[in-house]
Amino acid sequence: MNLYAISAIYRFEMARTGRTLFQSIISPVISTSLYFVVFGAAIGSRISEVDGVSYGAFIVPGLIMLSLLTQSLSNASFGIYFPRFTGTIYEVLSAPVSYLEIVIAYVGAAATKSIIVGLIILATAGLFVPLEIQHPLWMLLFLVLTSVTFALFGFIIGIWAGNFEQLQLVPLLIVTPLAFLGGSFYSISMLPPAWQTVTLFNPVVYLISGFRWSFYGMADVGVGVSLAMTLLFLAICIAIVAWIFKTGYRLKS
Amino acid sequence: MSSILSISNLSKTYDSGFQALKAVNLEIERGELFALLGPNGAGKTTLISIICGIVTASSGKVTVDGHDIVRDFRAARSMIGLVPQELTTDAFETVWDTVNFSRGLFGKGKNPDLVERVLRDLSLWDKKDNRLMTLSGGMKRRVLIAKALAHEPRLLFLDEPTAGVDVELRRDMWRVVRRLQETGVTIILTTHYIEEAEDLADRVGVINKGEIILVENKAELMHKLGRKQLTLHLAEPITAIPDALAEHQLELNASGEALVYTYDTRGERTGITALLQDIHAAGIRFRDLNTKQSSLEEIFVDLVKAPS
Repeated sequence: MNLYAISAIYRFEMARTGRTLFQSIISPVISTSLYFVVFGAAIGSRISEVDGVSYGAFIVPGLIMLSLLTQSLSNASFGIYFPRFTGTIYEVLSAPVSYLEIVIAYVGAAATKSIIVGLIILATAGLFVPLEIQHPLWMLLFLVLTSVTFALFGFIIGIWAGNFEQLQLVPLLIVTPLAFLGGSFYSISMLPPAWQTVTLFNPVVYLISGFRWSFYGMADVGVGVSLAMTLLFLAICIAIVAWIFKTGYRLKS
Repeated sequence: MSSILSISNLSKTYDSGFQALKAVNLEIERGELFALLGPNGAGKTTLISIICGIVTASSGKVTVDGHDIVRDFRAARSMIGLVPQELTTDAFETVWDTVNFSRGLFGKGKNPDLVERVLRDLSLWDKKDNRLMTLSGGMKRRVLIAKALAHEPRLLFLDEPTAGVDVELRRDMWRVVRRLQETGVTIILTTHYIEEAEDLADRVGVINKGEIILVENKAELMHKLGRKQLTLHLAEPITAIPDALAEHQLELNASGEALVYTYDTRGERTGITALLQDIHAAGIRFRDLNTKQSSLEEIFVDLVKAPS
């Protein structure tokens, strides 16, 4: 294992976060705070409790998950797409680095950044609403699994994308709608039965449901199912990344 | 000397159907400076990219110091440094950080003394804290060389390192290249500047349309393929070459003031004595003469233009 290489790529990516501190960390914190102000304080005060949890507190896991998904995705996709765009990827491809090491470094850095953002949002939420975390280890497990899975997903998008427009396409047109419709702001039990069934095809439902369960012990689907679906999505992403490196798809001609 | 790089039957056909390399065979000796010459699109960069792991070969085998570049890629790539043709650098990194990044990427721990030496050798030390986007093209080229040297490679590829670089910087780079060679680093240089190859290389390879058409010791190549020209500056201009001199296949310049005789240095007889006797017999007097050896550039142009 080329640990020096993993460390070099990881530190390079983390240094990028440092250089773009506003965009990487402060921006999601500000936007999440605005969600709390609007949905938690302004509108939330007029909404009744959901299963005994105030609406402001109810949306905390969903908001963290929303940021976690988008941050993991954008960090990882940009992290691998930019060297492809500038041509500096030649150095990584010509280095004595295995594909596994490349993935660990890029995905690890993207996941780290999104977890930091998630934890900052959690701390920020604590300023607006009283928080309780009934299952902290489960919360960390879902936090890590989700960030790694979506960082892998972002890595795939970063390799697939042929231009900056495509880089934005999947996060904007697929992930953000799925995250909004996945129960970030509501329990899917609030939906009509037919829409509840449709919603179960949205993988984000399972991530948010499991994550919310770790906070309040309440879930739209069983926590075991949530975990299984998260692991399934992770396995699919790993399989696609393995295929990319095996074939050299969009990396090697 | 033993081979540090061994290439056998290496072929590459891109998805578009373009065959960039056709069963290339090449042995690079340890410690030599090998100049790979070829016109644009000849396959130079594809060849280098396959050896370095950036492009996948369609068939064939490459070993670096005995290590297969696919099966034993770690050992093979650890020995290789690559200075790419394009000026591809990050924008926001500092010189110091990017060179250290390269060292780490190639599996080497921190060595500030070595990185400092590399930067000083390349006159980059006073720029070490500068962001790459603030550097000139020539300075970025030096940074690419520094990155390639950061992990102390034993085999260095310089893919047109002096393209777009001013004369002073080019000479600086030649100095660095010579010094590297003195430390035992094997260097493979591709260039459009033939004088670079003529000045630096031990051996020269010519690639054209994906095939290596010649590999030769530079001095021998110039001796074997080199032609000389004898120019006779006439005392009085003439309008046509006299029939008596027809067998010498002379050329008369546009002003009619000089006769040019091209001869093969390999021949036992150059024909100069007979030519001078015939000129004297024809009553042509000359006031001066000079000879000129054909350059590597002329040899190269002849080679790649020759029908295959």
